[in-house]
Amino acid sequence: MNPHALKKAGLGLLHRVAETGRTPLTLLVDGQPVQALAGDTVLTAILQHQAALRHNEFSGQPRAGFCLMGACQDCWVRTPQGQRLRACSTLVSPGLSVLTHAEESPL
Amino acid sequence: MSTSNSNSTAATYTTASAPPVIVGAGPAGIRAAQTLVAHGLRPILIDEAARGGGQIYRQPPPGFSRPPEALYGFEAGRARAVHEAWLALLPQVDYRPEHLVWNAGPGWLDVLQGERSQRLAWSQVIVATGATDRVLPLPGWTLPGVYTLGGAQVALKYQGCSIGQRVLLTGTGPLLYLVAYQIAKAGRAHGVQVAGVLDTAGWAGKIAALPALLNQPATLAKGQYFLAWLLAHGVPVHWGVQPLQVLGRERVEGLHWRDRQGREHSTEADGLALGYALRSETQLADLLDCRFEFNALNRSHLPVRDAAGRSSVAGVYLAGDGAGIQGADAAEWAGERAALALLEDRQGLAPGPRSRALDAKLAGIARFRQGLETAFPFPTDWAAQAPDELVVCRCENITAGELRQQVKDSGAPELNRLKALSRVGMGRCQGRMCGLAAAEILAHASGQPIDQVGRLRAQAPIKPLPLMAYASPGAEGTAPEND
Repeated sequence: MNPHALKKAGLGLLHRVAETGRTPLTLLVDGQPVQALAGDTVLTAILQHQAALRHNEFSGQPRAGFCLMGACQDCWVRTPQGQRLRACSTLVSPGLSVLTHAEESPL
Repeated sequence: MSTSNSNSTAATYTTASAPPVIVGAGPAGIRAAQTLVAHGLRPILIDEAARGGGQIYRQPPPGFSRPPEALYGFEAGRARAVHEAWLALLPQVDYRPEHLVWNAGPGWLDVLQGERSQRLAWSQVIVATGATDRVLPLPGWTLPGVYTLGGAQVALKYQGCSIGQRVLLTGTGPLLYLVAYQIAKAGRAHGVQVAGVLDTAGWAGKIAALPALLNQPATLAKGQYFLAWLLAHGVPVHWGVQPLQVLGRERVEGLHWRDRQGREHSTEADGLALGYALRSETQLADLLDCRFEFNALNRSHLPVRDAAGRSSVAGVYLAGDGAGIQGADAAEWAGERAALALLEDRQGLAPGPRSRALDAKLAGIARFRQGLETAFPFPTDWAAQAPDELVVCRCENITAGELRQQVKDSGAPELNRLKALSRVGMGRCQGRMCGLAAAEILAHASGQPIDQVGRLRAQAPIKPLPLMAYASPGAEGTAPEND
């Protein structure tokens, strides 16, 4: 999947309406530095800037999470080392690097 | 610490010495733990979350500053009380946050922390696993920007975010109005608006439900307040609608829907929240071999329990929404009651006055719960309306048409057979998002009542595990089929 395809959608999905005074930090999303705030989940951090976290292995369609409480498993992203993160329940840390277009096996 | 690597260790504990185990630190689990501590025990409290409170009273991560009043509204007092109880418990319980119980059997639980799994022995366990949104798919529901109602609330409470700038909410249930109110209120200073509340339930049921809802007048008044606030702030509210199609190619751009007069509309939105009340997380009770029965009120199979929370399995107690949806207040009572039942069984005592008082309170909830179901009925015609191309399983992209074809080809299978044939419910979510819809499609396509099609049996791991967990000391499982 072309990493830039995710960003073509334009604005992010989530909009901050509170708690914007937290400490800024930077993580890498597909190799690009992205601003986040301490206490953001990986999902929140990514979806400030783009409209998808991953693509479904069966349909190829973009996904951006669904339940936000660790049940649907539709917000997985990967680290460059291949570790799988559930983006809705993983908090960002400075220097964290995640891939939204990693090759994944369907199973 | 009573961890062990083998089943046999469970037998070495006597009931009197082994610490009780509580799974889940929401309102039920916290009150259960508090009750056991008050009676001199030091329970093991296991929770998937980093901080106690469950979903309803979920606490933001450290560093967030909004007071409970801003996060929980009318429930701030309750939330604060539950959080304070949790904080006070920390030195008095064996608290294991960010631990997932992924498998269970007689006398043991497999518990994962990070990438390490350990086997924990139990002789008495309180299962307080909570609930997630009850979801019915509609075409386009997999688009980015569609979230469950509970998910939209988590974004707001836990992250200070709205799921869009122009948000639509559809489905039914009290959460529909609460979440609409919360988003509209928090968002209006930030250019976020609620574009509409589209309730699939009609208005007549809400009138008919009033006598039963008056059993909990404060809760009824809160619901009326949210509705009045939304209407006073110009939020369009429609009853008796049918959502038809989420619009958009790469993300949500709107919703196509039909009003109660049969007219079709398209409303623009960049965020959509969807839900039809809640469904219980019953996998653990299932793995513990609790007996299930169809429950008409919840329109699902639920683990059987007595009024105090005893399951069909000795030593297994059930409390809170994980055993049947009754709401957060009832969950606190049920957690305490289950803990008292555990203590009564441990000491061979009859129920005391506090137990009897809780039994009476919990009995009173039943009528209110019936009222909610009248006010926000499940759309029983959903399966008949679902188009063949509708994606039912969002994990593996299985459509309603594929399920109907399997039903036709195989001759009305029961739900687990349909799962084996089609893989519906076999994906990563283990049927949490699609299982209910698959059962409805099966019942409709085979002409059977919903209580006759069976239930998806839980399988370990109840959530996907990191591969390393299988190789770590203490883990005995073989690699599961779904990861």
